[in-house]
Amino acid sequence: MQESAKQKATIPFWRDERILNILGQVVFIIGFFLIASLIYQNMKAGLAKQGITLSYGFLQGISGFDISETLRPYSRTSSYWQAYQVGLLNTLTVSIVGVIASTIFGVILGVARLSTNFLINRLAAFYLELIRNLSLLVFLIFWYLGVFLKLPKVREAVIWPGSIYLTNRGVGIPWGLPAESYPTFRLILIVGFILALGVFFLLRSYSRRTGRAPLTILWTFLTFTIVALAGWFVMPEKPLLFDAPVIEGLNMTGGKVLSPEFMALTSGLVLYTSAFIGEVVRSGILSVSKGQVEAARALGLNGFQTLQLIVFPQALRVIIPPLTSQYLNLIKNSSLAIAVGYPDVFYISNTIQNQSGRAVEMISMVMLTYLMFSLVTSVFMNWYNQRIKLVER
Amino acid sequence: MQKTLRIVSLLLLTSLVLAACGGSDPTTSTTGGDSPPAVETVIVEVTSSAPAVVAPAGYGVTLETVKARGNLICGVNSQVPGFGYVDADGKFSGFDVDYCRALAAAIFGDETKVEFRPVTAAERFTALQSGEIDVLSRNTTWSLVRDTELGTNFVHTTFYDGQGMMVPTESGITSLQDLAGGTICVQTGTTTELNLADVMASLGISYTPAVFEDADSTFAAYAEERCDAVTTDKSGLVSRRTVLADPAAHVILDVTMSKEPLGPLVRHGDDQWFDIAQWTVFALFAGEEFDITSANVDSVKASATAPEIMRLLGIEGDMGLKLGLDNNWAYNIIKLVGNYEEVYNRNLGPDTPTYIPRGLNSLYTDGGLLYAPPVR
Repeated sequence: MQESAKQKATIPFWRDERILNILGQVVFIIGFFLIASLIYQNMKAGLAKQGITLSYGFLQGISGFDISETLRPYSRTSSYWQAYQVGLLNTLTVSIVGVIASTIFGVILGVARLSTNFLINRLAAFYLELIRNLSLLVFLIFWYLGVFLKLPKVREAVIWPGSIYLTNRGVGIPWGLPAESYPTFRLILIVGFILALGVFFLLRSYSRRTGRAPLTILWTFLTFTIVALAGWFVMPEKPLLFDAPVIEGLNMTGGKVLSPEFMALTSGLVLYTSAFIGEVVRSGILSVSKGQVEAARALGLNGFQTLQLIVFPQALRVIIPPLTSQYLNLIKNSSLAIAVGYPDVFYISNTIQNQSGRAVEMISMVMLTYLMFSLVTSVFMNWYNQRIKLVER
Repeated sequence: MQKTLRIVSLLLLTSLVLAACGGSDPTTSTTGGDSPPAVETVIVEVTSSAPAVVAPAGYGVTLETVKARGNLICGVNSQVPGFGYVDADGKFSGFDVDYCRALAAAIFGDETKVEFRPVTAAERFTALQSGEIDVLSRNTTWSLVRDTELGTNFVHTTFYDGQGMMVPTESGITSLQDLAGGTICVQTGTTTELNLADVMASLGISYTPAVFEDADSTFAAYAEERCDAVTTDKSGLVSRRTVLADPAAHVILDVTMSKEPLGPLVRHGDDQWFDIAQWTVFALFAGEEFDITSANVDSVKASATAPEIMRLLGIEGDMGLKLGLDNNWAYNIIKLVGNYEEVYNRNLGPDTPTYIPRGLNSLYTDGGLLYAPPVR
């Protein structure tokens, strides 16, 4: 005892592993910051040599350019910062639409790939192999130059039932124009949504308590629809005026015109990402042991019920982590918008950078933006993953 | 064994860090030593702050770098026939490209010692700022912001241009007003993009821009009738019309939306390089002014009596040396590349598919704007 204490005291610090470990980390951190600051100083010195200083003040300056697609008020007299926000919103739109659509499409593909129906199975397999082995950039340009710009001219527009206009200036769809009574109607919709949520939780707790399986989703959906329809007919005037696109002069007016750039980018991203999601879903489903399906069948569940109640809840645990990275891919890939001329955040920042000459500032802003998008997505997905994880006791 | 390895690597790391610390601030370490070096630094500072005699930092650096490298790196366009284009043999040709050749001829006496680097409109200034290219000669419009905030200096206008609008002939559009509610294709990162917004706003015409990354995709979209009209500098329209499927089916409207003085530009901070780039332009002008061509330059040089011509061709005085170049600099430019008229006619003359009448780009004696300061 005494001897070992003595021995301990005699160990010099440069041979004490604990101290060395801590020291090693401290040195590493110091080294890291030194190198980082060296790079930063080098950049600053380089910029100073050319008389360029780093500052974000220029964002208040007048942009001077027009943007084709804006979800917020914007004109050439708006500031660079407002232009950047336009780009942000456009990126968000594409990301959200893309994530939702590619999930739906991907799940269908993944299930189809495992179908026992020979034709469906082979078709899905062919599709997955084809899309997954294409370059996304090539795919996007194909959709833009090869599909959406090859649609007929405005004057010769193809009109699909439901007033859907297909032209090389974009796809025109009917769109609701909010009337004066719209705010009241929106209130009714919100009430309907809350009621539907109430029904959902009520039925779910009932099913958990009794072990019966009421048609939860159906009833929830019905509640909302009934409230919405009741609101629609009870209101003295229609809260939404349906506005169908018409061809007027050089372009389509009215309705909502989805530009070829938006269509090409979204459809390209969705079809591309859904192929990967399809594979993720397939692997997830295959990870559920066969005995589970057999047991479900033995209990008398039908195919859909087996999938919904037995297979998917277990497959999700395997699916979520790779699915998250597919979502992140989609969001980051949306910066390829620049190839088809869709004004997303990267494209707009490129324009700003060029008109203002602030390369370092703009690139740093864009990097931060994509980082934020990705981090928020993964935080959400990790939370969800945590929730559905197998509870181990 | 492992432990000793770790200690050794640790020591190495710490010494590296220490070295980095010392290296990052050399002035303190010298002044921190004995006194003589400190006195020396003071002297150096005094001489450097003396006006006029000693050049500021950065002066002459570019020429040195270029000479050491053995070639000039020139940022050019690769998508506008007549100005900067990769021809069928994979060689760069065009008006702006020939300027780079002239500059190389002035420096090296060899017009082939130039590396062309195609840059897009959006990346061109960054490429110049960061030193990736020595000079940018890519139909770039001279403007105040670019001259100041972008850290670049416009050398001189080599081509006076104005923004135009091209429409399909069958559309029947004859004025900007006819484009109301239409879509207009434009390239990003250009003054064109800003002018379009300005002009349409001042005329009160509403339109939708369709903005693209480079000239190829802009005109591809126009060819697919994504837009009703396409806008860029008139020279660009003329040149791009030649590569459309049916050039005769497109008409350039008779409106000029802006002034577009196009010319080469260099980085801030090296006035000698600026002077060389600028006097290369003037040598081209002067060549035409004195009727010196690549064909007759040798005979002119042999029989020259006019002092101004003798100074230009390096027979009298040391004009080239003052620029930091060989005294034959202007002779080399004219001999190897030609004068302004030759360069113009080779790329944009009546015999080329990209014919643009000279208009403002004539000598001042012919009613144009080209005017070279005296070589003295």
